[in-house]
Amino acid sequence: MSTTAATEAGPAAVAADRRRARRGANRRRRLTVLAFLSPWLVGFSVFFGYPLVMSAWLSLHSYDLLTPARWVGLANYRYMFGDDPQIWPAVSNTLWLIAVSVPATVLFGFGIAMLLTRARTGAGAFRTIFYLPALVPPVAATLGFVYLLNPSTGPVNVILGKLGIEGPLWFNDPGWSKPSLVMLGLWGVGTTMIIFLAAILDVPKHLYESAELDGASALQRLRWVTLPTISPVILFAVVLGVIASLQYFTQAHVAASVAAGSAVQGGSTSTIEIGYPEGSTLFYPILVYNHGFRYFNMGYASAMAMLLLVVAFAVTAIIIWNSRRVVHYQGDAR
Amino acid sequence: MSAVAHAKPAARSTSMPRALRRRRLLVSIADHSLLIAAAVAFVAPVVFVLLTSLMTNRQALSGDLWPSPFRWQNFLDVFHDAPLWRWALNSFLYATLATVGLLLSSIPIAYAFACLRWRGRELAFMVVLVALMLPPQVTVVPLYVMWAKLGLVGNIWPLVIPNWFGDAFAIFLLRQFFLTIPGEYLDAARVDGCGELRVLTRVVVRMGKPAIAAVALFSVLYTWNDYFLPLLYLGENPSNWVTSIGLSQFRSLHQVQWNLTMAATVLVMLPVIVVFFLAQKAFVEGVTLTGVKG
Repeated sequence: MSTTAATEAGPAAVAADRRRARRGANRRRRLTVLAFLSPWLVGFSVFFGYPLVMSAWLSLHSYDLLTPARWVGLANYRYMFGDDPQIWPAVSNTLWLIAVSVPATVLFGFGIAMLLTRARTGAGAFRTIFYLPALVPPVAATLGFVYLLNPSTGPVNVILGKLGIEGPLWFNDPGWSKPSLVMLGLWGVGTTMIIFLAAILDVPKHLYESAELDGASALQRLRWVTLPTISPVILFAVVLGVIASLQYFTQAHVAASVAAGSAVQGGSTSTIEIGYPEGSTLFYPILVYNHGFRYFNMGYASAMAMLLLVVAFAVTAIIIWNSRRVVHYQGDAR
Repeated sequence: MSAVAHAKPAARSTSMPRALRRRRLLVSIADHSLLIAAAVAFVAPVVFVLLTSLMTNRQALSGDLWPSPFRWQNFLDVFHDAPLWRWALNSFLYATLATVGLLLSSIPIAYAFACLRWRGRELAFMVVLVALMLPPQVTVVPLYVMWAKLGLVGNIWPLVIPNWFGDAFAIFLLRQFFLTIPGEYLDAARVDGCGELRVLTRVVVRMGKPAIAAVALFSVLYTWNDYFLPLLYLGENPSNWVTSIGLSQFRSLHQVQWNLTMAATVLVMLPVIVVFFLAQKAFVEGVTLTGVKG
């Protein structure tokens, strides 16, 4: 690859000269790589490596930002696994989100992508309609949905009322608040949809043709041609969905505070009930945020962060590991 | 797959009986019925938000669905009730400073991952991917402590500065694209005596424009929509807020009504939608790039 050395070497060049030149080129190349990478090396150490280590260190301490950190050993972890009354609701709400929201998003995104591939007219316009909500700022989308699903005067319940159905209390009912958030998530399914659409359109036509020749029905073609071919993309969507669920924050935080009728800026007051209504929207990241930045239990928040780290790692690893059996990668590794 | 559905443009000619044309239209609608129903469900929230933003306060609380009269004044009142311009300016600053820094740092990093050979490259890239996958809450506490000790909590620097040192998603996406640039182009430039920096700026950046545009768009969008970090770092002084925080606090600031809240919501959505229509192709290409090769 050292083309500079090769082109500059005249016929009289001796082996030693060449070796020295190559060594110089190698050194220069290494320096180039280092120079190009340097922002990442600094950024990764300062904004990722260091806080990761500090998180582990803080999780063994009691710290409130004002007084020096005090060593407490495993007390934070003992409280987390034994006594914290809020942690199990937070964990189970997050698990609920993963179990319901991820499959719903993947199925819905896939379904709409399939519908779009069958559209003969206006496919571009339809694609825009389904994609745009994914770009709407989450705070704006959440405010819109809280208004739409407003129990007494929101358009959804007004229309349901006209049809003779008594609508639920949506964001104000502990049984309906999480499904309402899932609806909000499905409205923003556009990114997943576009990824599926591209993958479905990428399936080689000849596979369908030969399946059709063999007498495969539309459903069989879906099962044995489309799904296996796009399985890497399905895996990608599931992994992304799980990761997004583990850090689900904005929509739950805004919906809870707006639905509770008193939005509150972080850290200032504590008039709002966490996870309104009745803790039903208390997800794990919300609890981390509250411990760290509203109660300033930064040691405890760090212990929670360590658990999140382990879980995020494990979940991603398990999914990718298991997928080897199910996911079909096409021959070429681009 | 019926013959009817395969209406060719010629079928539009006036010679076709009106009844037949209407039947074809109906068949086409029936054929797309699911799609149309889903599209209506996707558009409806925006329509209702828009309609409410034009109502009087009394109407917005009454359960009426159609504004009468249309109160366009709401969109002016919003600016009196809250420092929307100030928030938009802060958001704009955040988006610009973050995006410029992110591009300047991430492009060379992605180039090193895609176009240069060095020992440990694959392992280092795995580390980038891990950084991409971990929830931000994992590192947030020590980072907050760090910024607090530097005395920078309360303004946008803790949001902006990390972007100047490479962003995992940008590195990932740019690398995927740079890998598709044929190596012959790079080698040709090297043979012509270009150093790696010139290869990067003359060849890779020019050929990688679609990916760079997509990364820039995603970064602007991400910063405009970001809520978690501004909530953490911008503090309680409304003049430091960005639009996302301001909007979430809008109702509590002055006990503002739903109609004005929806007007503000529309105003916050608007720039994103305008940007989308200006750069639709880059968006869709970018999303596809992340998924297909992931």
